[in-house]
Amino acid sequence: MGQAIAFYTLAAFILGFAVLVVSTKDTVHSVLFLVLDFLFVAALYVLLGAPFLAAIQVLVYAGGIVVLYLFVVMLVNLKRPPEAHQDPHRRTKLGFGLAVAVLLELGAIATYGMTRTGSPLVVPGTNGPLPGNTEQVGWLLYTSYLIPFEIASMLLLVAMIGAIVLAKREL
Amino acid sequence: MLLSAALFIIGVIGVMVRRNIIIIFMSIELILNAVNINLVAFSAQLQNNVGQVFAIFVVAVAAAEAAVGLGIILAFYRNKETVNIDEMNLMKW
Repeated sequence: MGQAIAFYTLAAFILGFAVLVVSTKDTVHSVLFLVLDFLFVAALYVLLGAPFLAAIQVLVYAGGIVVLYLFVVMLVNLKRPPEAHQDPHRRTKLGFGLAVAVLLELGAIATYGMTRTGSPLVVPGTNGPLPGNTEQVGWLLYTSYLIPFEIASMLLLVAMIGAIVLAKREL
Repeated sequence: MLLSAALFIIGVIGVMVRRNIIIIFMSIELILNAVNINLVAFSAQLQNNVGQVFAIFVVAVAAAEAAVGLGIILAFYRNKETVNIDEMNLMKW
């Protein structure tokens, strides 16, 4: 029941942010909504029992691709009305509030980690079903799907070189 | 599945409607995310991790696509000073 509630909440957030992404006028706001959308999708992955993929989602999408998008949006300087710098103190207050929230969160995590007795990391044997999700996915990646994995790495290398060549000012 | 389909449809609408190519690329990312949600949902339903492996490949390809696509956008913007796809008719015959 709780899982269903969580799923529908996450689904509502994902769809709402997706609508905002495609409907916002300002491109920078659109990118920021895209970050939120990716984070909620990562939460949905955790709910669906794929924590490794959720971590990948946060690192690659919300961390990497979105930064790339932001760079491009800033580089192709669209004619935006200069609305900033009306009230610099509002941003400052917001920043302080966020910093306090992050500090509280870190403190909560630290105390939680201190009070809990550290569970020893169990090294899995080579045979039998592997325990964790990450281990299972890694096992599949490096046994049954080794060749597609290597091809994907080649694809990334080619894309990297291609992007550098394309974005160079002159060849 | 419904969530995935809805997200996919929003992405497709974004591709169709908007004229800003950066937003079109973001809509493509939304579409790929919808596919990933579908893969992971089936992976959880069938108790099979192959779907997650495939989703990782999709993420890798999406990253490559984003890098190359944004490089193309930058190169195009340097030449034409616009991100409006209505003015992208360089290869039109």
